Amino acid sequence: MMLAQVGLFDIIVVLIYLFLTAYLGWLGYRGTKTTADYLVAGRKAHPFIMALSYGATFISTSAIVGFGGVAGLFGMSLLWLTFCNIFVGIFIAFVFLGGPTRRIGHHLDAHTFPELLGRRFQSKFIQVFAGLVIFLFMPLYASAVLIGGTEFIATAFGIPYDVALLVFAVIVAAYVIFGGLKGVMYTDALQGVIMFVGMTILLFYSYAKVSGVVSGHQTLNGLSDMVPATLQAIGHQGWTAMPQFGFGGTKYNLWWIVVSTIVMGVGIGVLAQPQLIVRFMTVKSKRELNRAVGIGGVFILAMTGVAFTTGALSNAYFSLHGPLFTGRVIKTVNAEKGHVILQLMKANDAGVWLDLVDEKDKAGKVVKTFTQPQQQDAAGKWLPVAKQTNEVGNTVEAKVVPAVLDKAKPYLTEAGPTAPQLAQGRSISIVYAKGNPDQIIPTYITTALPKWFGVVFLLTLLAAAMSTLSSQFHTLGTAAGRDVFERLFGGETSSGSQRTVHIVRVAILFGLILAVTFGHYARGGYIIARATAIFFGLCASTFLPAFVGGLFWKRMTRSGVIASMIVGFLVTAFWLLFVKAAEAEAIGLVKMVMGGKSSIFWNAPNWPVVDPLFIALPLSALTAIIVSLATRPPDKAHLAKCFPPIRNNVNA
Amino acid sequence: MLGIEDKWVALAYVLCLASTILCVIYAWANRNRGDETVEADDVKWVAEEKKMEEKL
Repeated sequence: MMLAQVGLFDIIVVLIYLFLTAYLGWLGYRGTKTTADYLVAGRKAHPFIMALSYGATFISTSAIVGFGGVAGLFGMSLLWLTFCNIFVGIFIAFVFLGGPTRRIGHHLDAHTFPELLGRRFQSKFIQVFAGLVIFLFMPLYASAVLIGGTEFIATAFGIPYDVALLVFAVIVAAYVIFGGLKGVMYTDALQGVIMFVGMTILLFYSYAKVSGVVSGHQTLNGLSDMVPATLQAIGHQGWTAMPQFGFGGTKYNLWWIVVSTIVMGVGIGVLAQPQLIVRFMTVKSKRELNRAVGIGGVFILAMTGVAFTTGALSNAYFSLHGPLFTGRVIKTVNAEKGHVILQLMKANDAGVWLDLVDEKDKAGKVVKTFTQPQQQDAAGKWLPVAKQTNEVGNTVEAKVVPAVLDKAKPYLTEAGPTAPQLAQGRSISIVYAKGNPDQIIPTYITTALPKWFGVVFLLTLLAAAMSTLSSQFHTLGTAAGRDVFERLFGGETSSGSQRTVHIVRVAILFGLILAVTFGHYARGGYIIARATAIFFGLCASTFLPAFVGGLFWKRMTRSGVIASMIVGFLVTAFWLLFVKAAEAEAIGLVKMVMGGKSSIFWNAPNWPVVDPLFIALPLSALTAIIVSLATRPPDKAHLAKCFPPIRNNVNA
Repeated sequence: MLGIEDKWVALAYVLCLASTILCVIYAWANRNRGDETVEADDVKWVAEEKKMEEKL
C-alpha cells in the first residue's frame, strides 16, 4: 500500500505545510518574535516554545527512521538510548549545564559554541579548531538526516532513491535559504507539535495492531528463535532481550555495538552538540529552563521512545499480518509455533513453481535475485537448491528467510515424490525491508498503517528533518564564517562583514553538497545511525571535557583544553581509520596497511566494534586534567569576568 | 514485567517512563525558581545576537 495512491492530496498537504513554515519564517525575518526579542524585553518566553524548539532540533529523521530501523533490527535494547536521551539529554543538560552556559555565554558575549570555548579560555586557536571540526564534520550528521527523509519519501512514493534524495535536498535548500536559519521559535515549536501528534498516533496504532502492550511484547518474546543466523552469531538473543554480554569473542559483538556506539555514543554525545548548546543562551533565566525540563522530557519520550518501541514491535506486526511468502520448508525451528526456515519460491505465468535464488558478490552483498527451475535427480525426485559459483566468481544460492507459517493455511499443496510441499508464512522486518535497516520504518508505515497516517507521518518526518537541518546549517555556517574566517582574517569592517556573509553562504552550500554526495554513496548498513553516532562521539571526545571544565572548573587552563581537544580528535580519527572495522573498511586506509584486514585488532575481538568514544573521551578528559594542573592557572581577573556573582530575583 | 522477558530491557522500558516523570516533577517543583534580572551583559548579548542573525 503506497502513498502514490493519494499523490495529489499528499502534495497539497505538504505544500500547505511548507507555506505555513515559510510564512512563519518570513514573519520572524521581519523582526518580530525571535528568542532574543523575548530576552531583552524581559518577557517570559513560554517554556513550551523553548522546550519544543530544543526537542525538534535534537530529534530528526535520524532518530525516527535511522535509530528506529536499528531497533527493528536489533530490538528493544535500544530503549537504553531513549533513557539516556531523556535523563542525560534533557534532565542533566537543562538542570546542570543550561544555567551556567547561559551565564558564561552572556558575560563573554559568545554566540557560537566555538566562541564560547575560545573566549572562556582566551584562545583564538581553540575557537578556530572547534569551528573547523564542526564545519568539516557536521555534513556527515546532516547527510544522516537527509538519508532518513529520503528513505521514507522513496518508499512512500515509489520513486528511486537518488531522485528522492535530489527532491528532498532541493526542498531543504529552499527552506534554509528563505528564512529557515533565523531559528524562529514559532517555526520550531510548530514542527515540534506536528512531531508529537504524529508519534503519539503511531504509538497507539502500533500497540493496537499487535493486540496491546503486554500481548505485543509477548509476541515479540516468542519470535526470539527467528533471529537470522548471522545476527545470532554476534549475540542477538531476540527483540525483547539484550544481546549477549561479554568480551573477547565475536559472539559478544552486538552488545558492544549497541551499548558503546549507539547508546553511549549518542546518549553522552548530546551534551556536546554545538547547535543545542547555543540554545541555552537564548533563555531569559534558569526559571525558563526549569519549566522546559518537563516538556522536554515528555517530548523526547514521545519521539525516541515511540520510534524504538515501534521499530522493535514491527517484527511482531509483520509476523502476524505481513504479506505472505511462499516456498518450501528446509528446516523446522519450532514445530509448535510454526517457526521455519523457508526457501523462497515463485510461480511463473504458466503456474510452474520456480526456485528464487540470490546472486551474491565476494563481499556477500546481494547483487541480483532471479528465478530458476527446480532441480531434480535422475529418479525425478526434487532436489534442494545447490550453492554454486558462477563465471564471474559470485555465489548463487537459495533465497531463504525465517518464517512463521500461516496459522490458517500453512501448506498450499501436499508433499509428493516429484515436488516439494509448498508452504506459506510471514517473516521479520528486515526481510520486508529488503535487507536495509533504514527501510524498516518506512516499510512498516506504508504497509501497516492507513494511507492518511502515511501523510501525517510524512509531515512528521519533514518537520523533524527541517528543524534539525536548519540548525545544523546555521551552526555550520557560523562556524565557517564567524569562528574560522573572522577569527583568522578579521571581520569588523563593513567590507569584512560582507565577506563573512559570502563565506557563510558558500560554507552552507558546500556543506549541503557534501551531505548530499555522502547520502548518494553511503546507503544501507544502518548508515543513518552510524553517521550520527560518529558525529556525536567525535563532538563528545573533542569538546565535552573542555565544555564541562569551562563551566565548572576554574583551574582548567588554555593549554589543558587545547591538549584535550587535540587528543580527543586524533584518538577518534585514529580509531575510525584503523580500529573500528565498519568505518575503517569503508574508508579503506586500514586495508592498505594491514593487507586487506578491516582492523589492526582484527584478531582481538571485540575491539573492532568498540566505539572510539569509549577510549577517546576518557583520554581527552584525563589530558585536560593533567595538562591543566601542570600549567599556569588562568588569570584571576579573567575568571572574575567569566564567573561574576549571581544576582537572583527575590521571589520563591 | 510488561510482557518483556529480559529484565535489563524491562528495566530500560521502566526507566524511560521514570525519567520522564522525574523531568515533569522537577519542572513543576521548580517552576517559579531561578528567575534572574536582565543585566547589562544580557542586553549587550542580545544586540550582538541580532547583528549576527542579520548576517545570515
